[in-house]
Amino acid sequence: MATQPAVEAIDLVKQFGTNRAVDGVSFVVPEGTVLGLLGPNGAGKTTTVRMLTTLSVPTSGTGRVAGHDVIKDPAAVRRSMGLTGQSATIDELLTGRENIRLIGRLYGLPTSYLRKLADELLERFLLADAADRIAKTYSGGMRRRLDLAVSLVASPPVLFLDEPTTGLDPRSRADLWEVLRGLVRDGTTLLLTTQYLEEADHLADEIIVIDKGKVIAAGTPTQLKDEAGRAAVVITVSSEADLPRAAELLRRHTAEVHVEEVSRRLTAPASGLSDMTRIAGVFAESGIDIDDLGLKRPSLDDVFLHLTGHRAEDELDTETPTGQEALR
Amino acid sequence: MTAVTVQDRPPIHERTLLQQSLTVVWRNLLHIRRMPEMLLDVTIQPVMFVLLFAYVFGGSISVQGTTYREFLLPGIMAQTMVFSSAIVALGLNSDLEKGIVDRFKSLPISRASVLVGRSLSSLIHSSIGIVVMGVTGLAVGWRIREGFANAVLAYLLLLLFGFSMIWLGIWVGSMLRSVEAVNGFMFTVMFPLTFVANTFAPPEDMPSWLRVVAEWNPVSALTAACRELWGNGPGALPDAQWPMHHPVVASIGWSIIFTAVFAPLALLAFRRRSRD
Repeated sequence: MATQPAVEAIDLVKQFGTNRAVDGVSFVVPEGTVLGLLGPNGAGKTTTVRMLTTLSVPTSGTGRVAGHDVIKDPAAVRRSMGLTGQSATIDELLTGRENIRLIGRLYGLPTSYLRKLADELLERFLLADAADRIAKTYSGGMRRRLDLAVSLVASPPVLFLDEPTTGLDPRSRADLWEVLRGLVRDGTTLLLTTQYLEEADHLADEIIVIDKGKVIAAGTPTQLKDEAGRAAVVITVSSEADLPRAAELLRRHTAEVHVEEVSRRLTAPASGLSDMTRIAGVFAESGIDIDDLGLKRPSLDDVFLHLTGHRAEDELDTETPTGQEALR
Repeated sequence: MTAVTVQDRPPIHERTLLQQSLTVVWRNLLHIRRMPEMLLDVTIQPVMFVLLFAYVFGGSISVQGTTYREFLLPGIMAQTMVFSSAIVALGLNSDLEKGIVDRFKSLPISRASVLVGRSLSSLIHSSIGIVVMGVTGLAVGWRIREGFANAVLAYLLLLLFGFSMIWLGIWVGSMLRSVEAVNGFMFTVMFPLTFVANTFAPPEDMPSWLRVVAEWNPVSALTAACRELWGNGPGALPDAQWPMHHPVVASIGWSIIFTAVFAPLALLAFRRRSRD
């Protein structure tokens, strides 16, 4: 078959009572790419994923996974995708190996194949040493890795990850990102939801920002950042005494200069890399010692603030304890 | 790092509902192996009940035509089958709460396998209790006196009743939102259901209105049926209610009624719970 999108959301709506949790969400995820569904808690990310993975029936609209309609042919959808839910849905009383065997048996995989596959997955997700310990004894990061390993038992071409790193320490998060990048290299299509702007920035080819059940922005991480504001060049001079001279020098090349005396830092708008190299050249000639010079693009944090008028992190405080649940 | 790539997807074979259910049973039985204390409710607890009632209360309850210990055993077995609904409710609720059911539902398997597997393992669970109590009973003087066929029929009635109670368990387990709530609800229902009956004391000695309630209690029918089939008890008094005179038919009838009422409710609640 020609290149059909791996995932399509077509005007998805989910109504709970009077609350429209998802209110007309549409997007397309091309095969082999990563889509980041970004939004604060309660934005409708999980509900969207639940509808696309056939766990929840849309109030209206539909979705397609690997070309199969989630309403008309849910069985085919389930054969084509894997899901790593919000709280690690592994069986705590089973060992890591048994968790994989359980799911493999339900898929009807041959025993000998399954035995080999379990070893392979445990090895790949750095769980070989803990393979025969019950999952209750696993750390948060190990649970997430096992959860992911279980989702990959049938090597699904499309993988849904609902907040895969919520509640993880930075180290475990970085490990998991590495694993996910490996999957993408092998051709898997990923749709991941996240509240972490950094995560979407790191992993996603394309980001959909949703807030209150609606798509409020879409684009590549770079496009979204460009939308939020222009880049700036940031220079830190070595000596405070040089600040006035440096500011004077910058002013000749850019419209405005912002000086921060305490940190010996100067900021000026720059349209891109060429502006930055030009300014770097000017400073090299001037003989002013500088500690650091760089281009600062607006972060996705700024993007979110720009789009919604509130910061994404604000919502984290009132979060339901999904992260803790995963660690329980 | 050898990667399983998308190109070489493993051979997925459609399994039958039974095969899938048995896999779920395997998983549930592994739970028992990991947490043997899950069996307390069908091992130590009924043994304790047998001993407590036989030796503590037994002396002060008199039963016509048989010993209290013989009278007691069928009652405790019936009670254990009723409690099987609590086992199902707790297990299912915990699977729902922990997202395990979501995991199963995201797989290309029959969604019924979760319920069928849960029911089968619960019947196995309760059967362990029946065996443990049988052995305890034999030790304190309980005997089967009416032949093999009747004995087997009594066990089948226990299992049938247990099966109908499982639907109540699925309903409650799907409806309530936490294991604590399920626990609270089940024990509030289970205790009157199993005590306001002929299980531990003959209803003849109860106030007359309560006696009517007790004799119409489905658990009484099951207990009376077992007593009749095992030869453990006094027959029904002439003024007893209808089910006491026809306990085998009555317990089959109650099992059918329970299944007819609770199975649709259970499936509806489970489906609703797992739709959103």
